[in-house]
Amino acid sequence: MGNVNRFAPWLFLFPALVYFFLLVIYPIFGSFWISFHDWNGTTFQCSDGRSLLELEEDESCRRVPVMTWVGLDNYERFFEKTPRDLERIKNYWVGIFTGEPVRWPRISVESKVLLNNIKWLVLFPAAIPIGLAFALFLNQSPTWVRITKSMFFFPFVLSPAVIAFVFQYFYDPAGPLKEIYNALGWSSGLIGDQNKATYGIIAAGWYPQIAYCMIIYLAGLTAIEPEQIEAARLDGAKGWKLLKRVILPQLWPATFIALVVTMIGALRSFDLVQVMTGGGPGRGSTDVLARYMYHKTIFDQDYGYGATIAVILFVIMLVFIAIFIQQMIHHDEEA
Amino acid sequence: MFPRPIETWKPSVRTLYTLSVFIVLLGWLLPLIIISIASFMTADQLNAGGRGFNMPNPFSVDGWKIAFQNDDFRGSFINSFMIVLPVVAISVGLATMAGFALSKYRFRGQLLIFAIFIGGNFVPFQILMVPVLRLTQDLGIYNTKWALIFFHGAFQTGFCVFFMRNFIAQLPSELLEAARVEGASEWKIFTRIVLPLVKPAIAALSVLIFTFVWNDFFWSLVLTPASPDGMLAPAGLNNIIRGRFYNAWNVMAAGSMLVALPPVIMFFLLQKQFIAGLTLGASKG
Repeated sequence: MGNVNRFAPWLFLFPALVYFFLLVIYPIFGSFWISFHDWNGTTFQCSDGRSLLELEEDESCRRVPVMTWVGLDNYERFFEKTPRDLERIKNYWVGIFTGEPVRWPRISVESKVLLNNIKWLVLFPAAIPIGLAFALFLNQSPTWVRITKSMFFFPFVLSPAVIAFVFQYFYDPAGPLKEIYNALGWSSGLIGDQNKATYGIIAAGWYPQIAYCMIIYLAGLTAIEPEQIEAARLDGAKGWKLLKRVILPQLWPATFIALVVTMIGALRSFDLVQVMTGGGPGRGSTDVLARYMYHKTIFDQDYGYGATIAVILFVIMLVFIAIFIQQMIHHDEEA
Repeated sequence: MFPRPIETWKPSVRTLYTLSVFIVLLGWLLPLIIISIASFMTADQLNAGGRGFNMPNPFSVDGWKIAFQNDDFRGSFINSFMIVLPVVAISVGLATMAGFALSKYRFRGQLLIFAIFIGGNFVPFQILMVPVLRLTQDLGIYNTKWALIFFHGAFQTGFCVFFMRNFIAQLPSELLEAARVEGASEWKIFTRIVLPLVKPAIAALSVLIFTFVWNDFFWSLVLTPASPDGMLAPAGLNNIIRGRFYNAWNVMAAGSMLVALPPVIMFFLLQKQFIAGLTLGASKG
């Protein structure tokens, strides 16, 4: 029996593990490797060093990419203009506060992309409190409220590409918001304007995310023991105080999951940007790392640089994952 | 319960609540309502300033007809099913075995392997893009649905292992021990005892994975950019419908609805499984 037990788990694990390593783990290292190279994605040679042209007519060989080692050049290229742009942005804000007439400075596409990612990271999590508000609003048991809950939730199951179409139509300068645009003087609409487009896309991203956070919080609210709430009520706590002192701490697991999923969603944003603006209007006004990488690789055939952007995105994500894991352990120790 | 159940509220406040729920719901669904109305307009009406709060005039199903009758778009739609179903089978199947191994045995590296499966879920797709693209090219499946089945099968396995491992860990180990004492092989224990017990988890997980993969857009753009019978429906919507009917919002609106329909129907039919899958862990931490 001992023998069976020693090998059995590995036999059960083997297929999933090999498959997952091949398509998820190994490619991570692959991208790191490519990011130190210059490669146009289309030049190959045989693995034994011969050119593909030297092959006999019916001969075939294992194709390997012809890449040039460039070390950290791609990374330098990405951050080349960052100090200059930071300086310009600083001057802009100094100007704002000292009352000088200033205009938003010209910055490189890379800086725009990074800035947009920061906007996503800061604004996208607003879906969490809104989702909580919805959950509190709808945490009732009559059947009609339960049906309403599913109506609130179902936008979550829509493909982000569909959400993008829905909001592109909704934001249309000649669409339902026309009157509001007229009143505000926004002639090109929310996503037709370089300065506003990213906010419009983030707002579209809230739509399914609010639904998700709501459902997570509803599950959390159901899991709170009624006795605890009653006890707090007997102590005289109600309304905001009850929410802050008793309910919110109890909802921590839900908040934590909502935070993790939302932050990762913010960094992953690709579909909405790709469909709604394709990174525009203008050069990179709504672009984010995830889409810029795709564009650089597929359209500009700059595979090395694309891989570099992917690695930068990955490293940013790692920072968040590390914080989350640390929080998780910290919380476990407290409990 | 927090807030207090509405049954305990004053009747006037209760009425106010009911009213406000419906108003908020209407506002919440407004973007979806507006685009569904647009799908029943004619392209002429939409292009002649009819994109605001207008009713279809004349009422027309042209948008739906054109979208549905487009061979390539319909191809991507049917194709989605042919991609999603094998992916669900592969990832849930492999993950059930792996989850069993990770929860009911003790061996070295167990936690690390589990962490790798969880961590793999969090990685941005972009870091996998070029190597996966190369791999599918080398295997000769680039631009075919096999590329998407091959990749999603693996990627979704990560989430499924996380889910299954936690579910199976809650099953009582005594059952397995008893079977072992009676001389059952490990495989038999898995198929006869574990599998029947994890049926609810398999159902919940299948619904989730169906939705996740059906809604994929990025990988379809990367792995099957030029192949209507390889791509998924959301990519079909963007590349085919928008590519050909960019000035006909009725067709794009109807196309969006069509792409949205399968997961929405699935959700309303299997709501319990869906929510159970999604909220696993949210209340236990």
